[in-house]
Amino acid sequence: MGAAVRLAGLRKVFEGRSGSGTVVAVDGVSLEVEDGSLVTLLGPSGCGKTTVLRMIAGFETPTGGEVYIGDERITTVPPNKRRTSMVFQGYGLFPHMQVYDNIGYGLRIRKVPAAEIRDRVFSMLELVGLKGTEARLPSQLSGGQQQRVALARALITEPRVLLFDEPLSNLDAKLRVQMRQEIRRLQQRLRITSVYVTHDQDEAMTLSDQIVVMHQGRVEQVGTAPEIYNRPRTLFVADFIGKGNFLAGTVRAVDGDRAEVEIAEGGVRAPAEGFRAGESVWLLLRPEAIGLGPAGTGRWQGRVAAATYLGSEIFYEVTVGTQNLLVKVGHPHGAIALTQGDPVGVIFDEGSLHLVRREVAA
Amino acid sequence: MGREAGLDSAREVSWRQMDGLRRILREPVLAAAIGVIVASLFLFVIYPLVRVFQMSVVEDGRFTLHVYRDLLSKAFERRPLYNSLLLGVLVALAGTAVGYLFAFAIARADVPWKRFFRVIATFPIISPPFVLSLAAILMLGRKGFITRMLFQGQWDPHIYGLRGLVLVETIAFFPTAFLIMLGVLQAIDPALEESSLNLGATRWQVFRTVTLPLSVPGLASSLLVLFVESLADFGNPIILSGNFPVLSVQAYLHITGMVDFSGGAALAVILLFPTLTAFLLQKYWVGRKSYVTVTGKPSPARLSVDPMTRRLLLGLCLAMTGVILLLYGTVVFGSFVTLWGANYTLTLTHYVSVFHIGGRYLRDTLILASVATPVTGILGMIIAFLVVRKQFVGKGLMDLTSMLTFAVPGTVVGIGYILAFNEPPLLLTGTAAIIVLLFIFRNVPVGSRAGVAALQQIDKAIEEAATNLGAGSGRTFVTITLPLITPAFFSGLAYSFVRCMTAISAVIFVVSGKWNLITVAILGLVENADLSQAAAFSLVLIAIVLVVLGLIQVGVGRVATSQMGYEPSG
Repeated sequence: MGAAVRLAGLRKVFEGRSGSGTVVAVDGVSLEVEDGSLVTLLGPSGCGKTTVLRMIAGFETPTGGEVYIGDERITTVPPNKRRTSMVFQGYGLFPHMQVYDNIGYGLRIRKVPAAEIRDRVFSMLELVGLKGTEARLPSQLSGGQQQRVALARALITEPRVLLFDEPLSNLDAKLRVQMRQEIRRLQQRLRITSVYVTHDQDEAMTLSDQIVVMHQGRVEQVGTAPEIYNRPRTLFVADFIGKGNFLAGTVRAVDGDRAEVEIAEGGVRAPAEGFRAGESVWLLLRPEAIGLGPAGTGRWQGRVAAATYLGSEIFYEVTVGTQNLLVKVGHPHGAIALTQGDPVGVIFDEGSLHLVRREVAA
Repeated sequence: MGREAGLDSAREVSWRQMDGLRRILREPVLAAAIGVIVASLFLFVIYPLVRVFQMSVVEDGRFTLHVYRDLLSKAFERRPLYNSLLLGVLVALAGTAVGYLFAFAIARADVPWKRFFRVIATFPIISPPFVLSLAAILMLGRKGFITRMLFQGQWDPHIYGLRGLVLVETIAFFPTAFLIMLGVLQAIDPALEESSLNLGATRWQVFRTVTLPLSVPGLASSLLVLFVESLADFGNPIILSGNFPVLSVQAYLHITGMVDFSGGAALAVILLFPTLTAFLLQKYWVGRKSYVTVTGKPSPARLSVDPMTRRLLLGLCLAMTGVILLLYGTVVFGSFVTLWGANYTLTLTHYVSVFHIGGRYLRDTLILASVATPVTGILGMIIAFLVVRKQFVGKGLMDLTSMLTFAVPGTVVGIGYILAFNEPPLLLTGTAAIIVLLFIFRNVPVGSRAGVAALQQIDKAIEEAATNLGAGSGRTFVTITLPLITPAFFSGLAYSFVRCMTAISAVIFVVSGKWNLITVAILGLVENADLSQAAAFSLVLIAIVLVVLGLIQVGVGRVATSQMGYEPSG
């Protein structure tokens, strides 16, 4: 069931309050969401992801561009006629109705016969793990339970597209992890096309078939979790996802699929990935791709500036020349424990380097 | 990119305005509703006020200011204005102080019997304000219990005049101050006071540097609101003013006693200036400044004072309670007394009279109030819905006009109504209609205020969820919005009913032989020194109000008393 979602050149401009000018919230977003897949819009606050979602739902009218579901152009269709069920950030449960009536609301509107409503509500309650709560009011449920009611209410109408507006942000950490796995399981089982908005990277990485990284109203990159993480195309994406070390450099020469890059600490050979000689780049080196050995070993020599113990891993700040590198060491109980001031050797594999375009001031 | 955005946004703005207009025209019912409401507000709120102005500056068909000159030129003539202002300031100060005392005792000193004190502090709201004048005379008047019986006529407390009015109006209006201050104290984030303590301040310093400054907007609001209530008060001064003339009573006497319409109208206009100014100051300046806690939830009572202070505050509250109970108790006692000042044997004759001779007053009042109240409630909700959820030209004006009846003293409105509706095509004087209309448009702000507050509480996501699941605007309103604002609707109904039953300053101009009201009857009895009969009537009135409030409360659950208050009564 369901259908693909296509956004074409979507734009949204808001007028500011008296005298403060206008805000371009969404600046030309084009996107294809495959039928049955879950796509996450990921980005910091204010990047426009929620506005895009609300334009798909119909709560905002685009200033420019079009929204398609399947072959149908729905850009100006009223929000109650779109069959794009939404799970809201605050859940939006009807406080004066029991769980049963909350979930059945959409079916009552479609004039589904009472007996059928009963069956479907009860099977939905089982599906989301809320059996036995049908007579309770939302105020009598925990946060996680309320979330599930919101989900059940959205799913029961068999929508073409399922929309999520940061649904887990009000839950505590452990519950969040549990709920996102359940949401993913359900979505895959029912194969509903879903668009999910969040600012939490872990959520995005766990849930999505594709991640859309957004920044200041524009799409920075679209890709799977490994693509986004290992081959970010812009500095913003590289910096937003995970932690990274960025070393400024220039490409000296390109030899086949390798590039000679000149950085402050000397020269390295990195995967060329389409860059040419003379281009300014950032060299991205992920903390987990760096190893530490005794002084005198490895590519570079450095000194430990700080150590942060996190249980399953230790983060070290290592000063190499003028740079501060962040290094992640896993399995700490097996390795040497280093302290501030210790000299170390910095080890890494050139294959794990990644180049990102660097803007140079004119 | 900036230039592009500029061009696009200009297009966007005009598109949005056209879109708004198109949307309204697409819903003819909505457009019609707006039209009808605007017309009614103009006819029954603005037009009477215009007539009052007119009457005060037009003589023999010519524009003239000599009426004002006559009224303001001599010192003797200026006395009512001066007196009203003085009284207003004193009552504002005293009432705010008492209100703050109770509010602070409950919210910060954790006194025992909080519920009891809350009831005492809000009880005067449901009684007609001039019952307290009646009590004052019963106790301290010429034939008063204390002056006659206890002091054998040796002590004259000068209850008629400024002193009596300050006492009586303070008690009548401090509940408003109490509710405002309680709300303010509860809205202060506990973290602010706690961090002050944490940084080493003594409890007194915390009060002086944190609590009190944060209470200032509430204090200012309270002072302004009580000032307006005192100026607008009619029932108390007409009984107690003696040789201390005030504007509201003078305006009434010019119209009914001297048949001097222009003089009465001019006095009404003079009365209007300070009240309107204070109201606008409160609404648009002070009312906007509030230091509300981030979570928006009222914080519970805490203990922020040392035991000595707590005992002191408790003592003061008890003393105040004693005075209030004494006054109301006197009225209760008085209603059973054969002849106050002469024969103190207990009797039920006065109550019998209430139902025999006074039966038609009861019947008339109840009928008129029962007709007006539901209309007020529904109209108030519709206006609230339009103001909060819809965009249209002149929305702000509609909002302000519907609030105007709060700011304008009843005396002015009453005079306006008899001037506006005493000739065809709108000949309404002497009918039930004029009384009902007066009730409706005096009390509509109560309903719309409650509605606006309730609508603003509803998380937008709830209504969006309904739309998202397929409901159109009508269905969303009926199945989601309406049930959620029902408590506010009934709360508005309850308070409107109370205001109908206790009204005097406006309605005294429009009662007639055919339709009369209990409050007017009580005033008449007091003027005839038929004090015990007046007391009996008053208690029956209070009893009716309590019964109806009780019924509404049972029917709905909680009647939010926090939504009552802020408005001039009478």
